[in-house]
Amino acid sequence: MLYALCFLLFMIGLYCAVIKKNMVKIVIGIMVMEYAVNLFLIMLGYRTGGIAPIIDKSQLEPSTGQLTAAFLNSSVDPLPQALVLTAIVISLGSLALMISICVRTYGKYGTFDITQIRRLKG
Amino acid sequence: MSLFLYILLLFIIIAAIIAVETKNLLSAVICVGAVGFGASLMFLFLCAPDIAITQIVVEVLGLIILIRACLSRDITFISGGREFFGVVVSVVIILVIFLAGMKVFETLPDFGTPIFAEAPEAASQTYIEKGLAKTGAANLVASVILDFRAYDTLGEATVLFTSIIGATVILRRKSKKLLEEPDE
Repeated sequence: MLYALCFLLFMIGLYCAVIKKNMVKIVIGIMVMEYAVNLFLIMLGYRTGGIAPIIDKSQLEPSTGQLTAAFLNSSVDPLPQALVLTAIVISLGSLALMISICVRTYGKYGTFDITQIRRLKG
Repeated sequence: MSLFLYILLLFIIIAAIIAVETKNLLSAVICVGAVGFGASLMFLFLCAPDIAITQIVVEVLGLIILIRACLSRDITFISGGREFFGVVVSVVIILVIFLAGMKVFETLPDFGTPIFAEAPEAASQTYIEKGLAKTGAANLVASVILDFRAYDTLGEATVLFTSIIGATVILRRKSKKLLEEPDE
């Protein structure tokens, strides 16, 4: 069910990116899609009653220094978290690039409407 | 616990709908901020504190960039439909992606039971078991991004650098050639 809601969020972003005519709205749609995908990937690694993958003293056996079985069986998946961390930072870079294209286009044509931006200019 | 996630996700969806449908660009940007901060809270509930912190920082910077785009632009209410062919293609794209997404739902595991828990050979299981002994990092996410998959992080830095160079080139006022020969 949570996956379905996440998919709904993705579809809202897709609708916004495909149907809308305002350039900033298209950028907003792409951002919403990015949030939905990030949330979905984190949800895939979640475990019911899980704990964050950070080790502190209480998760080590006092005698041997090994990890306790409780930590091994309840830690959430660290791999999607690490890769989503990368994806979030890259999404900021692509957002900056898209917005700079929008600002530049506005400076040239005086509008954000993509149906008005037709003339080719050198 | 799960109830919190449902409430937050519904809040995010409502904020996204308002952001998509509102006419005023500035309110749309603020609603995107609500979506981002809601997502950050959700990451916190999903036991991913590193991502929650990163999401907040990125969200603040992204909002500044987005507000820069809509500030001091006259608000143009765009009306009128698109031509028929464009609408048809858009609807077909949305339908195809919707059907493909529905197909995926059949293979998904239930929420709260990740795939890696059943596979002892999975990479994630190795990171959890041996991450502390092999890298010495108490935070396993940090041990993955900075040790096991450090090349990914290097590539991320490269992509970020490239996009900033691109934005700088696009936003530059005048090219060097035009500066040298200003008038024709």
